[in-house]
Amino acid sequence: MSSNTTDNTGYKSYLEEDGGRKGIFKWILSTDHKRIGLLYLYAMMLWFCVGVVLGLLMKLELIAPGKTLMEAQAYNATFTVHGVIMIFLIVIPGLPAVFGNFMLPIQIGAKDVAFPRLNLFSWYIYILGGILVIISLFGNGPPDTGWTFYAPYSFKTGTNMLPAALGAFVLGFSSILTGLNFIVTIHRMRAPGMTWFKMPLFPWTLYGTAWIQLLATPIIGITLLMVAGERILGIGFFDPAKGGDPLLYQHLFWIYSHPAVYIMILPAMGAISEIIPTFAKKTIFGYKAIVFSTLAIAFVGYFVWGHHMYTSGMSGAALWAFSLLTFIVAIPSAIKVFNWISTMHQGSISTEIPFLWAASFIFIFMIGGLTGLVLGSLAIDVHVHDTAFVVAHFHFIVFGGVGFAFFGAIHYWFSKIFGRKYDPSWAKTGWIIFFIGFVTLYGPMFYLGIKGMPRRYFDYLEEFHGPNIISTLGAMVMVAGFLIILVNLIKSARHGEKTTEMNPWGGTNLEWQVPTPPPLENFDEIPVIDKATYKYD
Amino acid sequence: MSDTTHHIVPYRTYALILLLLLVLTSTSVAVTQIELTRWATIVALLLASTKSAIVLAIFMHLKFDQTVYKVMAIFVVLVITAVIILTFLDYGFR
Ligand code: HEM
Ligand SMILES: [Cu+2]
Repeated sequence: MSSNTTDNTGYKSYLEEDGGRKGIFKWILSTDHKRIGLLYLYAMMLWFCVGVVLGLLMKLELIAPGKTLMEAQAYNATFTVHGVIMIFLIVIPGLPAVFGNFMLPIQIGAKDVAFPRLNLFSWYIYILGGILVIISLFGNGPPDTGWTFYAPYSFKTGTNMLPAALGAFVLGFSSILTGLNFIVTIHRMRAPGMTWFKMPLFPWTLYGTAWIQLLATPIIGITLLMVAGERILGIGFFDPAKGGDPLLYQHLFWIYSHPAVYIMILPAMGAISEIIPTFAKKTIFGYKAIVFSTLAIAFVGYFVWGHHMYTSGMSGAALWAFSLLTFIVAIPSAIKVFNWISTMHQGSISTEIPFLWAASFIFIFMIGGLTGLVLGSLAIDVHVHDTAFVVAHFHFIVFGGVGFAFFGAIHYWFSKIFGRKYDPSWAKTGWIIFFIGFVTLYGPMFYLGIKGMPRRYFDYLEEFHGPNIISTLGAMVMVAGFLIILVNLIKSARHGEKTTEMNPWGGTNLEWQVPTPPPLENFDEIPVIDKATYKYD
Repeated sequence: MSDTTHHIVPYRTYALILLLLLVLTSTSVAVTQIELTRWATIVALLLASTKSAIVLAIFMHLKFDQTVYKVMAIFVVLVITAVIILTFLDYGFR
């Protein structure tokens, strides 16, 4: 054990502190930000397993042309429910709900978030949204519109669109309230001496994300209500037959959903910005550049939504404006990549598990980002829009970006959260299998898309068969890797070797200066911050 | 919050504001009778923004709040304005 270890006698960790409650009530009635973070983690883990199964089913269907597993309608429902679960129940709450809740107060030297009860309430709203999504599976059959709920089909389909859209609507409130909570927490509860530019980078990205959650989410809320109005009352916002405009739906949807992709990715970038300096043992390169690029992404990200609508028949003036803005938003993302690479340059890197995830994040994220630029150029997008190329792009960036950062983060903070160690060799095996599977699964889709294979069909032409076989095999490999990672983490959280080591990786933020696992209110005494973080000797 | 001074707004002001809001609402209904063609949206948006500005400033006490909250609110309004302008880059030039 390292010199950082303290003798923990006489302190009670948050896991032992049950507030006088028993069993599951220790969790679902607790307003401790750490327990709430874990509540989200467990709920999301369950959803993720469902989403993975649906994804695998789609890939099995696509292993050969024609019907292999399911008919067109079942396939349409599968990709819709897969998308709704993955987007609204997993990557949007994503890192903020789990690691933001757990780490934000600790990293800024606070005892909890600003509104702990609102925080627990947000989790209940999240669960309610999930229940609505489950309800949509029954009755008239699961929704088949795609996660984008595009009008006019979304108000015409006979399937159970409403509960799913209502679920997304309700989940939005959970997101808004979490964002509000984090903004207030960051403004009002930083430890004395922690000026804005002494704040670690993960909280900074949570701050950027929180503003998007607060400002953009109401727009999807209203939009989904408009669809409901369309379905139930036949108002005609989006119905050309009544003088409405279906493109208005697309505008409104993407005015939220493009910023939403930054809700997903910013905290992921924040986690990577924590992991890289810790394992390179070097001060983060360009701290301020990372902060400002975070804010720039959050800001410019509001103005690029039209790149999802290049082929929709939008005006020429809007086309070039959105394409220009799309190219501009890539700059701050690239700045971050340069900063991470420069941080590693001449560092003394130790290739522990979290670092492996972070390094592979950069690799995958760059492929995702650069193919985003390909899509962002008007002429090329006409060719690859709505093909497998787009599916590959956003899986590289959403799954590769958010997913890899999530796995990196959980392996980074695992012992702090659970007070136990995971098995590093299984973790490494899982990572390499997952990585290989991931690239094999989504890589061929770039090729297929360029060759013209459309997305969202259960069938395809014979000429696309080869790469689809490779892709499905990749999916199987990736799921195997995922299972290894999952089983290792669950087993370790329950039975892993206990540890009270405060700072196993030699990190510099406050979370490494509280006991492992942290006590109920994190700090006996609120620390006074007098120097910048990320200083390694 | 302890560090903001409590400001008491007389009921008369509230009543007047309410009246003003009602007048503005009636105006926005009334102008729909006039054929404003492409200016219709702008007029509707201007009236609506005036109303929300009044609500924010008086009913929601933004007028008496610290500068940081004013800056936040104004910033948000500017973002939304930019979003609307961008949207009309499509609708205005189809
Ligand atoms: C370098 C920055 C990026 C650029 C230039 C970019 C560009 C694009 C473009 C132009 C499209 C539309 C393609 C089409 O439908 O024809 C698209 C789709 C998409 N992007 Fe990105 N993107 C970037 C980053 C991201 C990030 C960071 C995320 C998420 C974390 C993301 C998630 C998505 C998703 C989910 C879709 C597909 C949505 C759908 O149609 O179902 N992108 N991207
Ligand atoms: Cu986008």
